[in-house]
Amino acid sequence: MKLSEIKDLLRCKVLTGEEDLSIDIQDVVASDGMSEILAFAKSKELMITGLTNIQSIRTADIAGVSTVLYCRGRQPDKRVIDFAKQKKIPVLVTDMVMFDICGLLYNKGLRGVS
Amino acid sequence: MSAELLRETFEIQGRNFDKAGEISSEIKVILKDLDIDAACIRRVVIVAFEAEMNVVMYADRGTLTLVLTEEDIRLEVHDEGPGIPDIELAMKEGYSTASDEMREMGFGVGMGLPNIKKNSDDFCLELEVGKGTSVFARIRLNSHA
Repeated sequence: MKLSEIKDLLRCKVLTGEEDLSIDIQDVVASDGMSEILAFAKSKELMITGLTNIQSIRTADIAGVSTVLYCRGRQPDKRVIDFAKQKKIPVLVTDMVMFDICGLLYNKGLRGVS
Repeated sequence: MSAELLRETFEIQGRNFDKAGEISSEIKVILKDLDIDAACIRRVVIVAFEAEMNVVMYADRGTLTLVLTEEDIRLEVHDEGPGIPDIELAMKEGYSTASDEMREMGFGVGMGLPNIKKNSDDFCLELEVGKGTSVFARIRLNSHA
């Protein structure tokens, strides 16, 4: 599924990485626990989290995920967005809760990694 | 034992959550520049990041040493901290003594040491309660486990 389709489906706002919306996403890793993301992500996943501090982007970079999606309308501060820009990681935000996001993406054929 | 091609030591500041992870990011850049296999880099930086976070969360200060040989990458992390009173418990997934501040950072859910072990080909912990902890991890260059 293209990131642009995910953006439309989940009514996301793109905080950085507008030029990367053609990325193809197959797998998803979703958690507020960064160690859990590190334990399960393999590479190039969509990472869904409610944690918006600098460690979320640091974890995304270390785990090698392709995109970060913040749920529950949580807005990171500018420093976090700048850091994501520097690491070339697209960041999106949606008002939806994690449960609904995962349900909608599962219906579209995306799967979690384990 | 094969000859060392690179050895670099980094200082880790305890309790500095703002800088936490910077060293692991730097290691990622160093290894990428050396054209190390991406799967191997991933394992090394996860080990480094979890170990770095442990020092930041629990210790006053520490060091992380990166060693590259023709066969493997070794990480040695030493800290001046409380040590781990019960290693068996600490290695158990889900066990944690983290504070609320650590949990707010997305860490401290009891997966750090298990994640380090999972991503290492060899892993060893040495500690003295009340003085500090040392973590030794080795990741083979040709391993994709």
